[in-house]
Amino acid sequence: MLQSIIDRRLSGKNKSIGNRERFLRRYKVQIREAVKRAIDGRSIRDIERAEDVTIPKKDISEPVFRHGSGGTREMVHPGNKEYVRGDRIERPKGGQGGKGKGKASDSGEGEDDFTFTLTKEEFMQVFFEDLALPHLVRTQLAEVPEWRSQRAGYTSDGTATNLHVVRSMRGAIGRRIAIGADSRRQLRELEQELEALLREAPIGDVATRLQIVELESRIAVLRNRVARIPFLDPIDLRFRNRVRVPVPTSKAVMFCLMDISGSMDEGRKDLAKRFFILLYLFLTRHYEKIDIVFIRHHTQAAEVDEQNFFHATETGGTVVSSALVLMEEIVRARYSPSEWNIYGAQASDGDNWHHDSGRCRELLSDKILPLTRYFAYVQVAEEEQNLWQEYAQLVGVARQFAMRKATEVSQIYPVFRDLFKKEGAESRAA
Amino acid sequence: MTARNPLPAPSDWSFELIEQYHRVIRETAARFGLDTYPNQLEVITAEQMMDAYASVGMPVNYRHWSYGKEFISTEKNYKRGAMGLAYEIVINSNPCISYLMEENTMAMQALVIAHAAYGHNSFFKGNYLFRMWTDAGSIIDYLVYAKNYVAECEERHGLDAVEALLDSCHALANHGVDRYRRPSRKSLAQELAERKDREQHAQLQVNDLWRTLPKRTEKNGGAPETKRFPDEPQENILYFIEKNAPLLEPWQREIVRIVRKVAQYFYPQRQTQVMNEGWATFWHHRLLNTMYDDGHLTDGVMIEWLKSHTNVVYQPQVGDRGYSGLNPYALGFAMYTDIQRICEKPTEEDRAWFPNLAGTPWLPALDHAMRNFKDESFIGQYLSPKLMRELRLFAIVDDENDEELEVSAIHDDAGYRRVRESLARQYDLGSREPNIQVWNVNLRGDRSLTLRHTQHNSRPLAEGVQEVLKHVARLWGFGVHLESVDVDGDPTQRWAVEPPPSLER
Repeated sequence: MLQSIIDRRLSGKNKSIGNRERFLRRYKVQIREAVKRAIDGRSIRDIERAEDVTIPKKDISEPVFRHGSGGTREMVHPGNKEYVRGDRIERPKGGQGGKGKGKASDSGEGEDDFTFTLTKEEFMQVFFEDLALPHLVRTQLAEVPEWRSQRAGYTSDGTATNLHVVRSMRGAIGRRIAIGADSRRQLRELEQELEALLREAPIGDVATRLQIVELESRIAVLRNRVARIPFLDPIDLRFRNRVRVPVPTSKAVMFCLMDISGSMDEGRKDLAKRFFILLYLFLTRHYEKIDIVFIRHHTQAAEVDEQNFFHATETGGTVVSSALVLMEEIVRARYSPSEWNIYGAQASDGDNWHHDSGRCRELLSDKILPLTRYFAYVQVAEEEQNLWQEYAQLVGVARQFAMRKATEVSQIYPVFRDLFKKEGAESRAA
Repeated sequence: MTARNPLPAPSDWSFELIEQYHRVIRETAARFGLDTYPNQLEVITAEQMMDAYASVGMPVNYRHWSYGKEFISTEKNYKRGAMGLAYEIVINSNPCISYLMEENTMAMQALVIAHAAYGHNSFFKGNYLFRMWTDAGSIIDYLVYAKNYVAECEERHGLDAVEALLDSCHALANHGVDRYRRPSRKSLAQELAERKDREQHAQLQVNDLWRTLPKRTEKNGGAPETKRFPDEPQENILYFIEKNAPLLEPWQREIVRIVRKVAQYFYPQRQTQVMNEGWATFWHHRLLNTMYDDGHLTDGVMIEWLKSHTNVVYQPQVGDRGYSGLNPYALGFAMYTDIQRICEKPTEEDRAWFPNLAGTPWLPALDHAMRNFKDESFIGQYLSPKLMRELRLFAIVDDENDEELEVSAIHDDAGYRRVRESLARQYDLGSREPNIQVWNVNLRGDRSLTLRHTQHNSRPLAEGVQEVLKHVARLWGFGVHLESVDVDGDPTQRWAVEPPPSLER
């Protein structure tokens, strides 16, 4: 009988992936809910993480006809210690021990909810779906557009500037030794022969004379041959090899500006947060080091940490320009535009003290926009007030400015459309 | 026969080593006359083992979210260390496929080969239920067909439609089996060839049943007789739906059939847990010990597999923390070992209880026991008083009308028979699962389907009935009623669901 052992380890990994996809698809609603909660709870910086999703047991169970508790039944158990026939036992509480109403052991499942882990990729997929990101952008977000050149050994062709002299010479020596070896050995033998003749042969012997002449001519030919071996041949040349490796470039700073006056409720803040997250994600694909500066404002602006930025509530009026002024001060003090790529993201409900709005536009166009690579404004309310109107004048004039209204998460992405388009084109050209 | 240089025993296995061990195990098994399908051993990773786990232990299966859920919980438990993976999965197919997990040591691989490739394998080939209900030669082909067919339907009719249909079928899978009627055995080739005909024929039959215009002859024949449909109650609900549900499309009928066929394939396994696991455990124990006696195994290998063997047959006592009923491995192993003992060294008691067994050669006796029984009858036939004493078995009656539980029998002269009968009944699928049958179809009226639950020892149905009925209604296409009747045939409880909205279909 033929024995067969088959090694299946390399084939058919992840066979269950189709089933998992179907599972995720079925519980999309719960998963989206969990992702939403996670986004609320997470810091912008660690948005890209796996997440545990919990689904209530009752939603996930598959119903079948089963026996319930009640009625009469007789069960046999092992390990009788003290009972004799006719003994009466108090009914155990709950399902413990499998005795009596052993409901837990009957159905084979406990009461716990079903928890599983959404991988980082799946988590981001859901996040992107919510934001209605086009697929092209999703791949751009996943791609690393910058390249760095890196040493990678030697090659036999290249430009003169990359010539590696020591390597080339080493090769040349080797080649010369190898090619000349035979000729030099013969030369050595002939020279010894000649020397012996000169030493031992009687002077004036014609035969010896002829032999010497012949040997000398052969020696000359060989010397000539050895001398003709080139000192440096093109095949000796070695060049430093360089390969391009993808790297995120340098440094960027992202300014998050948000209005926290009384009219910004939790829903609006949530919208704003997603807006900031998206910009952050975009930046992480392009820059090695990213600083985030959180500036919140009502009538006065203050730099705060992330926790206070999203969760503190204050009331009062609104003076947007205070935040812009503070941003400019921080840039001048800490983030020199020659070293840092500066991005600004501002979220507001559009409500502003109306004398201030004009000043905001001026601040932006004169001071801030020249410093930044990109500045995006999102208004998380429908109503167009004077701030919107003032800002609208900048659209088209300043290339790096974009603004949009977003009352739902799916409306956030268009704010970035121009940004992604531009950067995408750049990275392809690079 | 006796080899005095044992097989090498490093902890890491290699293909050559597995070959060597397998050869010796096979020779040893042949000496005991174990009749098996040809073996195919496959080495897989832990992840692949979980894959196989998730799709009901089969190497290939159609896609469904519930298998994804299964995989997730298996993986979670495994990673958390809450459970070791089973050391083996073995598939009732011809050739019989046994999975060896890459992480196992050589000693464990030897244990798995003896347990699965010779124990389970010979059980699959020999036991009458498997012979009658499953076609080992065609199951893999059939599952490949099922997978492709379901995938094709998903493409053509949408994921949602197929998922909903499979959900409904799965809810009734345990009621998709002919419990008492012998199934026809068809090869895959036949199945496929007959499919086209079947679709047409089935549709014809259904159309005939649902003909709305009265037949001409009835005009003359006076009042149409009120005929019951079905003539007799039908236990196989899925089969009934496949053949008679008025609104199902041909592809839907085929999927119902697929679920039914797969359920049927697993039906014998559910009825022979104790026998099957006990048999495999008995034989790995016997084969490896024989190999040791012959000088093939080192002490280290012995100690290693004996350690897992001991874990496998551990039986916690009632009241212990880990107790969750009888361990089928422990009970089965003890019973086969006991049968051998009765044959070889019968006591007076054994002679009185098993006159046909005591003193006969043990191998044929064991073989007979393996071939011709299922758990219920196996226990009813072979559980000996000695074993009941050893396991200290006792029976408890739980009557909901009684404040307390009552010990009805223990392991003594007065109780042996009662304990044995009671335990046998416990393994009877008919009493473990509610008895629900198709009772009637309202042919002239609203076309609703009535199911009937016949109570067993007046045990009611568990929660979730309404949910299952919704699934039945989705398949049936019209309203569904369920009545639960007591011993006297009087309904004590009723459920009903409305016809599903036609849009959902």
